Amino acid sequence: MGTPTPLESRLSRVKTPGEPIIVFERVFLAFGDNVILKDISFELRAGFTKIFLGASGAGKSTILKLILGLLKPQTGKIWVNGVRVDTLSESDMMKVRDDVGMVFQEGALFDSLSVRENVGYKLYEESDMDLNDVHRRVEEVLGWVELEEHIDKMPSQLSGGQRRRVAIARAMTFQPRILLYDEPTTGLDPITSITIDDEIVKLRDIEGVSSLVVTHQLRDAFWVAERMAVRGPDGKVQIVPASPEKLAQTEFVMLRDGLIAFEGTASELRANNDPYLQLFLS
Amino acid sequence: MQLFITGWAKKAFFEVQEYVKLCVALARAATSRPFYYRDVVEQLDAVGVGSLTVVLLTGGFTGAVLALQSGMTLDQFGARSVVGRLISASMIKELGPVLTALMVTGRVGSGIAAELGSMAVTDQLNALRALGTDPVRKLALPRVIAGVVMVPILTVISDFVGIVGAWITTVTQLRVASSVYWNSVVMGLYIQDIWMGLIKPVFLGFALVSIACFVGMRTTGGTQGVGRSTTQAVVAGSVAVLVLDFIITKLLISLLY
Ligand SMILES: Nc1ncnc2c1ncn2[C@@H]1O[C@H](COP(=O)(O)OP(=O)(O)OP(=O)(O)O)[C@@H](O)[C@H]1O
Ligand SMILES: [Mg+2]
Repeated sequence: MGTPTPLESRLSRVKTPGEPIIVFERVFLAFGDNVILKDISFELRAGFTKIFLGASGAGKSTILKLILGLLKPQTGKIWVNGVRVDTLSESDMMKVRDDVGMVFQEGALFDSLSVRENVGYKLYEESDMDLNDVHRRVEEVLGWVELEEHIDKMPSQLSGGQRRRVAIARAMTFQPRILLYDEPTTGLDPITSITIDDEIVKLRDIEGVSSLVVTHQLRDAFWVAERMAVRGPDGKVQIVPASPEKLAQTEFVMLRDGLIAFEGTASELRANNDPYLQLFLS
Repeated sequence: MQLFITGWAKKAFFEVQEYVKLCVALARAATSRPFYYRDVVEQLDAVGVGSLTVVLLTGGFTGAVLALQSGMTLDQFGARSVVGRLISASMIKELGPVLTALMVTGRVGSGIAAELGSMAVTDQLNALRALGTDPVRKLALPRVIAGVVMVPILTVISDFVGIVGAWITTVTQLRVASSVYWNSVVMGLYIQDIWMGLIKPVFLGFALVSIACFVGMRTTGGTQGVGRSTTQAVVAGSVAVLVLDFIITKLLISLLY
C-alpha cells in the first residue's frame, strides 16, 4: 500500500481523543440536477463538537445522512471511526452504525412501538443482551432524559419536546461514541430547549461522546458551545460555563450554497463581520 | 412523442429493475439470519384474520350470484341440475383465487403501502437502518411471508363459502335438490383443478404483497406521497393479480392437463 499519508496515519489512531473521528474530504452530492453539496471538507475530532448552521435546504440533514451511509455522495471521501464509508456496502455499514447514534429531525420514533421499545430498540432487536439488562438500561436512559413515568406510553401520546427527548434516549442507549443531532430543539419552547441542550452537553462531557449538532437556533448553539458539564463534589452533574480549552473544542460550521462559508469557534463566529453571517446571527 | 415514449420506457424499466432488486433482497433475507419471528406472527394475524370478513362476504355472494346466473343459462339447455359442476370448477379454479387476491390487495396491500409509506416519509425507515436493522428483513419479509401463507388459506375458505352460498341459492331459488347439487359439485372437480386453485394464490399473494411493500418503501413527498403510494399499490397490485392469473393459468394448463 506504500507509506500511509498523514491523514491515514491519523485515522488509524481514531480511538485516541483529539484524533479525527469523522472526516469529509471534497464531498459532492446532487439529487438529479439539484446540487446540494459542492465541495465539503471538514474534520470532527474525537470528543469534540461541531455545530452546523445554514439556511433551510442548505444540506445539513444530508450531511448527517451521509455519515450514517443512508445516502452516498457522488464524489469525495468520508471516514467514520477510521472506516471509509462512502464506498461501503449496506451490510458492512451496519458495523459502523453500531458506534453512531442519530437523533432525526422530527424524531422518527417508531409509532407502532411504545417508548420503552423505541428506546431499547437496538438492544432488544439487534443484540444478545439479557432482557433484564435491557430493561434496566432503558430505564436508566429514560431517567437521564427525565421521562421514566412515560415508559409505557406510545409516541403519539407524547408532546413534541418529550418525543425529541425519547429520540435522544434512543440514540444513546447503545452507548455510541458519536452522536448526530438534527435540529434537536427546533420548534420547542426555550425551557425545554435548554434541557435538551444540557443533555447534549452532559453526553459530551461526562460520556465523552463526539457530537455533531445541526441547528437553526443560535441560542442553543451558543449554549452547547459555551457550557460544560462537570461532576460536583456530591457526584451530581452540574452545568457550568465552559473552560477555555472546552471552548476551543467546539467549532461552528456555516453551510452556504453547497460550500462551507465559515468554520471557527464561538468567539470567532461572533467577531466575524461577513454580512451573510451577520444576517444569520441577528 | 418519441421522446415521451422512450422516457416512459426507461422509467418503467428502471422501476422493474428496482422491483427485481427488492425480490432478490427478499430471497436473501429469507435464507439468512437474523429472522424476525415475532413480526411474522403479527403479520400472519394482520393479513389472515384481518381479511377474513371481507373474504367470507365476497366468496359467499359470488357463489350465490353465480348459481343464479348459471341456472338461467343452463335452463336454456334444460340442464339446471348440473349447476354444481359449473360452480365448483369456476369457484375453485378462477373466482376463489382471483377475488380473494383482489380483496386482499384492497384491504391489506393498501394498508401496507400506507404504513410503510408513512414510515418512509417520516424517516422511520432511515432510523431503522441507523439502528442496524434492514427494513427489507424487518418489514417487507414478514409481510410477504404472511401473504404467501394466508392468501392460499383465505382462498380455500372463500372457495368453500362460495360453494355453500351457491348451494343456498340453488336449493331455495332454483329448486334443485341438495343431493343433486352436491353430487354435481364433486363430479365437476378434478385433482388438477384443486392443484391449480392452490398454486395460483401462492404467487398472487407474493405479487400483491411485494408490490405493496415496494411502493410503500419508496414513498417520497410527505403525506401526499403516502396517499399516492396507497392508490398505486392497489392499482398496480390488482393489475398484477389479473395479469399473473392469466399467465399462471396458461402455464398450469400446459403443465397439468
Ligand atoms: N431524497 C431526496 N431527493 C431529492 N432531493 C432531496 C432529498 N433529500 C433532500 N433533498 C433536497 O436536498 C436539499 C437539502 O436537504 P436537507 O434536508 O439536507 O436540508 P437541511 O439543510 O437539513 O434543511 P432544513 O433546515 O430545512 O432541515 C433540499 O433542497 C431538499 O429538497
Ligand atoms: Mg434538515
